[in-house]
Amino acid sequence: MKKNSLPFIAIGFITHVMLLSACQNADSSNDDSHIGREYNLTEIKGEERAVLTPPPFVPPPITRDHASKVIVDLEIIEQEMEIADGVNYMFWTFGGTVPGSFIRIREGDYVEFHLKNHPDNKLPHNIDLHAVTGQGGGAEATFVAPGYEATFNFTALNPGLFVYHCATAPVGMHIANGMYGLILVEPKEGLPKVDKEFYVMQGDFYTEGSYGESGLQAFDMNKAIKEQADYVVFNGKVGALTGDNALKARTGETVRLFVGNGGPNLVSSFHVIGEVFDNVYMEGGSLKNHDIQTTLVPAGGSAITEFKVEIPGNFILVDHSIFRAFNKGALGILAVDGEENKQIYSGKSEPGIYQPAAEAVKKVRKSPETAAISPEQQLAIGEKLYQVNCSACHLADGKGVAGVFPPVAGSDFIAKSPEKAIGAVVNGLSGEITVNGVKYNSVMPRQALTDAETAAVLNFVYSTMNGSDMRVTADQVKNARK
Amino acid sequence: MKKRIYCLLITALLLTIQLLHIPLSAQEGQTMVFIPAGSYLPLYSGNKTTKVPAFMIDRLPVTNADFGRFIADNPEWSRKNVKRLFADAGYLRHWKDDGTFAPGIAGSAVVNVSWFAARKYCECQGKRLPTTAEWERAAEAGRTRPDGRNEEGFYALILELISKPSFTHLPEAGTTLKNYYGVWDLIGVTWEWTWDFNSALSTGESRGNASLDNTLFCGGGSLQSGDTGNYAAFLRYAMRSSLKASNTVQSLGFRCAKDVAR
Repeated sequence: MKKNSLPFIAIGFITHVMLLSACQNADSSNDDSHIGREYNLTEIKGEERAVLTPPPFVPPPITRDHASKVIVDLEIIEQEMEIADGVNYMFWTFGGTVPGSFIRIREGDYVEFHLKNHPDNKLPHNIDLHAVTGQGGGAEATFVAPGYEATFNFTALNPGLFVYHCATAPVGMHIANGMYGLILVEPKEGLPKVDKEFYVMQGDFYTEGSYGESGLQAFDMNKAIKEQADYVVFNGKVGALTGDNALKARTGETVRLFVGNGGPNLVSSFHVIGEVFDNVYMEGGSLKNHDIQTTLVPAGGSAITEFKVEIPGNFILVDHSIFRAFNKGALGILAVDGEENKQIYSGKSEPGIYQPAAEAVKKVRKSPETAAISPEQQLAIGEKLYQVNCSACHLADGKGVAGVFPPVAGSDFIAKSPEKAIGAVVNGLSGEITVNGVKYNSVMPRQALTDAETAAVLNFVYSTMNGSDMRVTADQVKNARK
Repeated sequence: MKKRIYCLLITALLLTIQLLHIPLSAQEGQTMVFIPAGSYLPLYSGNKTTKVPAFMIDRLPVTNADFGRFIADNPEWSRKNVKRLFADAGYLRHWKDDGTFAPGIAGSAVVNVSWFAARKYCECQGKRLPTTAEWERAAEAGRTRPDGRNEEGFYALILELISKPSFTHLPEAGTTLKNYYGVWDLIGVTWEWTWDFNSALSTGESRGNASLDNTLFCGGGSLQSGDTGNYAAFLRYAMRSSLKASNTVQSLGFRCAKDVAR
């Protein structure tokens, strides 16, 4: 028996190696498709305390080449903070910030996790770390009353960027009040070196008052259940990543964003305006995708994005579900300074005026040119055309906006010269003009109106808005076209 | 003999209240409030209501002054003498030393007391801790009606009160929120111990544990909850199940209850 076993082991070993290499050949982008992760507690060397950082900062990369015992101390603090300038909210936090402190450990590390519920807090809490393999991700083991501390241990089996959050009932409310953050389990081989690393996490908030309503705003359960967020923000506050708080980098630097989404409800379409992600670790896992514009970050999920900043300027982080960015706060800025690179991006060249060919304009419209209409009918048509084509700038009453859009009602420019008026409508007008003594220097595009329509709208302007007897004919318009 | 007559008188009075529907405000002068028999929908029971017999409950939470008197009479429950088994190191930590506390808080609810201490206190008053069912039944009342669930804005108010940070100085008992029955401060000032505080069999994990019979905190198992909109009740149940009987928490006090003499 014993005699024969050695060759079998050898064969087994060779097959194993072959299988492994076959696996690697088949799928080079994701070379670890084996189910089940290995761990070895005997390999653990040393003991250290994890460095925790508030957003947008990230603890330094892990340089050791072995697993360690890592002690994590995380404190829960319930406190009032600003959710927008002048608007306060009662946040429940991990470490005093929203999102909570960033935790960075290494694959295979043995973690001793201490969760401390500050005595001034009103509620019991716990923590579910998505990086944990075990019941509740630690939630059950860490359920703790105010003034007490819970401890549990786990081995980080899977590398990746994971969300952690409170899971105490009612779980939605705990998350909606800001109880989430990210824990990075660095793969054994580490992450490639980059110049800058940042921590950005989105969350949606539900307040009694609507967006921007000042004072202390209470959590609104009904809006949360209906998933009608008042605020969708990065790093817990409107403006947490803008102005002086903008993320900063220099041209030529490589940037890595650890992006999370605490939810509780909304899924983020994470995008940086003016950048393409060279690499995205999809959903925070090991699969690396390339050349990505927008990456989906699920509620309770993450993504790692990497890119090189080549061009100076403000690069805007948004949830590309764009009303959230425009109206609910989901906006941040990566401010890049340094040398221009005109090869990659020229900036704005000389502005030009775009005037489509007159024929093209004519073709698309059916002309009532030959129809015989009364002056009253013409006025009525002219008024309608004015409202559709002119009122956006010159306003419904024709008075315009001083210094920006010149008046067409009671206008000396119009009164002086029907030729100029016709010319402006059919050929467009740019450069400096003076109307009623006020200077205007802007561009009026050519209007897509037929000869008869132009005559109708100008006659409306002359008679109704200027009280003038001046009348323009379609023939005059035809002759004025360039 | 005298005691007996007194007892009879109280019973008669209570009967009169019940029979004649005397407005509850008439009980205002009493230290305890009568809560008539009724049913209550526990958070974890699906839609099965629980019958709660009539009971008496303290109108106000037990105050620091009340508790100070209790310790004077029962020195074994002082900070110095209490057994660790019955109260952990945080017991009465907001007091200056055994028996003295900042005069400003005499009338505020006592906190940092363990369940054992609370139970003993009530026992010494000839009372007991309310059951969770009794407590919740009393707290179910809104400001103007016995069932706060139907009272416009009541849930929102409760959530707002609960979300506010812990008081550094608790307000005087009987100055915040009075409910329909005339019971004060059940909501928004402190949490309160109940007799069977840890009987909900929850684990603190709000979603899993489908195998538990009472899947109170099951996310999917919120299906089991009689009233998923009652976040305040969820918070209370979570709070209760996070506790051990020797725990002392800065925002946790108690009041006593009593059976109605039959």
